[in-house]
Amino acid sequence: MKTLQLAGLEPLNVTTESNFINIGERTNVTGSRRFARLIREGLYDEALAVAREQVEGGAQILDVNMDEGLIDGPVAMRTFLNLIAAEPDIARVPIMIDSSDFTVIEAGLQVLQGKGVVNSISLKAGEGEFLDQARRIRRYGAAVVVMAFDEQGQADTYERRIAICERAYGLLRGIGFPAQDIIFDPNVFPVATGMAEHRRNAIDFIEATRWIRTNLPGAHVSGGVSNVSFSFRGNPVVREAMHSAFLFHAIRAGMDLGIVNPTLLGVYDDIPADLLERVEDVLLDRRDDAAERLLEWADANGSAAARGPKEEAAWKQLPWRERIQHALVNGLTECIEDDAEAARVELGSPLAVIEGPLMDGMNEVGDRFGAGKMFLPQVVKSARVMKAAVAYLTPYLEAEKSGGKPAATVVLATVKGDVHDIGKNIVGVVLGCNGYRVVDLGVMVPKHEILDAAEREGADVIGLSGLITPSLEEMAEVAELMAERGMTQPLLIGGATTSRVHTAVKLAPRAPGVAVVHVNDASRAVPVVAQLVSDGQRGAFLAEVEADQTKVRTHYERDRAAKTLLPLDAARAAAWQPGSGPAPAPAQPGVHVFDHVPVATLRPLIDWGPFFQAWGLAGAYPRILQDEIVGEEARKVQADAEALLDRWAAGEHVRPCAAAGLFAARKVGPESVDVAGHRFEFLRQQLPQRDGIQRSLADALAEEDHIGCFATGVHGVEEWAAEQDDYASILAKAVGDRLAEALAEWLHREVRTRLWGYAPDEALSNEELIRERYAGIRPAPGYPACPDHEDKRAIWSLLDVEARLGMRLTETLAMTPAAAVSGYYFAHPDARYFAVGQIGGDQLSDYAERRGFEPARARKALAMNVDLA
Amino acid sequence: MNNRTALLEQAAAERVLVLDGAMGTMIQRHQLEEADFRGELFADHERPLKGNNDVLCLTRPDIIRGIHAEYLAAGADLVETNTFSATSIAQADYGLEDWAFRINEAAARVAREAADEAEARTGVPRFVAGALGPTNKTASLSPDVNRPGYRAITFEELVEAYSEQARGLIAGGADILLVETIFDTLNAKAALFAVEGVMADLACKLPIMISGTITDASGRTLSGQTTEAFLISLQHIPAFSIGLNCALGADQLTPFLEVMAREAPCRVSAYPNAGLPNELGDYDQGPEAMAAAVKPFLDRQWLNILGGCCGTTPDHIAALARVAAGATPRPLKPVVA
Repeated sequence: MKTLQLAGLEPLNVTTESNFINIGERTNVTGSRRFARLIREGLYDEALAVAREQVEGGAQILDVNMDEGLIDGPVAMRTFLNLIAAEPDIARVPIMIDSSDFTVIEAGLQVLQGKGVVNSISLKAGEGEFLDQARRIRRYGAAVVVMAFDEQGQADTYERRIAICERAYGLLRGIGFPAQDIIFDPNVFPVATGMAEHRRNAIDFIEATRWIRTNLPGAHVSGGVSNVSFSFRGNPVVREAMHSAFLFHAIRAGMDLGIVNPTLLGVYDDIPADLLERVEDVLLDRRDDAAERLLEWADANGSAAARGPKEEAAWKQLPWRERIQHALVNGLTECIEDDAEAARVELGSPLAVIEGPLMDGMNEVGDRFGAGKMFLPQVVKSARVMKAAVAYLTPYLEAEKSGGKPAATVVLATVKGDVHDIGKNIVGVVLGCNGYRVVDLGVMVPKHEILDAAEREGADVIGLSGLITPSLEEMAEVAELMAERGMTQPLLIGGATTSRVHTAVKLAPRAPGVAVVHVNDASRAVPVVAQLVSDGQRGAFLAEVEADQTKVRTHYERDRAAKTLLPLDAARAAAWQPGSGPAPAPAQPGVHVFDHVPVATLRPLIDWGPFFQAWGLAGAYPRILQDEIVGEEARKVQADAEALLDRWAAGEHVRPCAAAGLFAARKVGPESVDVAGHRFEFLRQQLPQRDGIQRSLADALAEEDHIGCFATGVHGVEEWAAEQDDYASILAKAVGDRLAEALAEWLHREVRTRLWGYAPDEALSNEELIRERYAGIRPAPGYPACPDHEDKRAIWSLLDVEARLGMRLTETLAMTPAAAVSGYYFAHPDARYFAVGQIGGDQLSDYAERRGFEPARARKALAMNVDLA
Repeated sequence: MNNRTALLEQAAAERVLVLDGAMGTMIQRHQLEEADFRGELFADHERPLKGNNDVLCLTRPDIIRGIHAEYLAAGADLVETNTFSATSIAQADYGLEDWAFRINEAAARVAREAADEAEARTGVPRFVAGALGPTNKTASLSPDVNRPGYRAITFEELVEAYSEQARGLIAGGADILLVETIFDTLNAKAALFAVEGVMADLACKLPIMISGTITDASGRTLSGQTTEAFLISLQHIPAFSIGLNCALGADQLTPFLEVMAREAPCRVSAYPNAGLPNELGDYDQGPEAMAAAVKPFLDRQWLNILGGCCGTTPDHIAALARVAAGATPRPLKPVVA
């Protein structure tokens, strides 16, 4: 049989081993006049203290009841349960939503994240309503207390109790309500009332409990224990004894939950023998004069009924410094004002209290949060205690300052592209609590708006938050823009993906003149801002930050060099292993020359994006044409380019030409390929890659395979440009470059569909071509996948480029005409572009040896890739 | 039970099923610009849309379909729709709250096309899990520390938004509804309340998958629940599976997954991140390392469904598929009435 399981923040398993589950009853307006008053008057802080006292006193479930005429039940229920949810030490236990009004119950169910219990439903209004409510409760995932109550009224005999419970059980099981989630309350009624018909109230409850536990498998039994002693209100000694004895017998009969005030519950074995005997006589209906005899005992022992108050919680005995720490860590506001006052008197200054014990406490909170020993809701509570303390100290602070300068202003924002703001909101509140003026710009704030607001508001400090990875770059851009604008406010960085290392390595260097400070978590925001706005402390603090960041950067670079770069052997072991075998043999091997490809053929293949970049116009094509700032300029320059293309297409001014060669290839080393007696030498990634694959272009080839190479160029562009003014000259060169690229795209398609013919059925739009949606790649020497230009010599030789196309290589391996592209063809469908990135000294020597170069020459050729650390 | 559900249950009985990997990571690779997110549909939309990955289901379905196809090719049995933030609540940040149904429908359709294509090609059944994310508002935490009783969203608002999302996902052809990355159990309860309501309205019964998120070493959800409390709080849902995803790598997930495997009344799933993010916010754990890290879960027969979350790629999923291929699925506990 499954067992009843409930949950607040933590689980509660009701098993035979769990003995008796104690339900706290003081958060019940019908049972506690004080609690009712607190709720009516909206004194929720004190009402929460009642709840906490219950849990600290051992309540394993909290019964919450708001049924009172002057209280708006649904609102009070929702409000109080929401407040409990913010108190982890209360919310750890499951909640029992106690009401006779189903709208109050549903209001409570809608704010309960754990699995609670509804108290209660019954057959009072018939089976239809009973089942509707049960179904509804089930959808919210709660267990249910069923009162022994039917259309005829409350069950007040043994027979009525078991008959109603049996009927309710059958109905609930019929709609699939789990047996273990059914808790019966067979009505605890008072005894010793002086009325004969009440004599069996306790014993009938106990016997009905025994019957239910035997005959209704899985179901549990609960009851409101204090009812039984109703006649002895004002006599806690008798009541405690009655509760203890009643529980003792009911638990033995199978009652496994109960609503009990733990502070009104004694230990069964400690009940004086004469009292116990009289109590049990009443409960078990053992004598006709049982009630009278108990009343006699109560009258005779009335003076003993008074008791001293229970001891204060142990922490309240500590000295104020420890009490403040305890209050901050545990989020307890009740003594914080007294303790702040004690600290102020002793330390002689309100500021000393804030910067001393309060900040120490918040640092402790920060440490525990960082170590996973506290979680977010608790930190939020701590911030509230801090706020209460600061609010108390503020009048003293102001008296002390008397006309000092106004509070510093902090502008906060979650950067563009990011909508996460929980952390930022917490920082805002914590700073606000500490007297700073906080301007919160919200989420998705573009960098210009952040900085405009900072200038407008006279910010002393700017804080950025972000949770997702792309926010890191956005933050870097904000920092950069600050430097550009010459802003000098410190910039605080926070949020889950940010870090001290990232701030030091990637952010600070991009904003010279701006102190970029990482704030580990919300609790650190106050000490950091306090130091940044204090004229006395700022200098030293910034020097410390700067020194730390320099250290972090040095370590980072050294670690990167020492640790992250894989040895060449290891990188080779992680080479890409293409699944399939070699590429199909080319349909038309050898060299193919195209003397003059018409401009008109190439125009549709032009990728305009880089054209605008060449003019320094930022933005993606075609959106750039509509851009508010550069759109007009972009439209103008493109129109000029189109006009030029019209002229070139009509005449013989320029001549696009191309050659492609397709050859057998043999791998002669992990990165070395022999092609018709010529050698291509590739490089391999040594920085560990996310996917674990350390790529080299050579990986795309099988041992025996095929490779291609090509050269395209546009003759006549330079000559044309030489006769133009500056603008037209730049325009011609930029358009010429685009034509050479379009030509490379056109030629690649010829190769894929026809000459090599591995993708004869390819049908891609021009846009898809520009977006490189085809199989195979055409990397160019000098680009990130193959950064050395040296292989151009082999390409020139293999294709006889100079003789066939009239294109030449300069000493530095630049191509003439300048509007030119050359590269390799790899046919493997999974081959892709990548960046070789940093390489180690081992690969550099290996490469130099393969090329037959002096190491210095190789180092110069690969200057961008050689690790300088 | 419809045919698809029967197929799913049969597949789950035979082997550990493979769920796909990260969508965001793959979308990032495309380096999309504002214009891509807008497409023609939202060319004139008043707010920036860059970063609104879910809207790509409408504006760049080719990319999303391509990513699904990559994961299917890598061996994923289940692909998640690109709808993590496709509730009207989350879309409101972009001013696209009125588009929630259409985004979800399109997302399910795109995933459906990719899954059907892979199923037709390989003969292995592939399933579309319609993903319902946590939204950007929490029903049991206050965003304002000064007002701990305040909530930025109510249960009823969540139910309404999730109902719309569920209807969209079902309309687009989802086989499964997956309530995932649960960091506030109350949000999940609202999502599941909505899902059950919508399925009752439409008289359709899809399997439900549930996946929670333990945020850090404290072993709690963001809203403070332990793994066991989380399980108990959702035990009223007759789920196809329950498990954990996101926030942690496989190594850090171990103790919490152990609780799941011990206590869960249904199948158990795990799709951790590719390790913990490094100090630059990137995920470093490679496919083989991740496969090695999840291997103990499979060896101990803790899992029925295995996949990847943040930082995982088709290469990761291919590696997970390889280790999952030889594994015995976690036996279902006998159902006790």
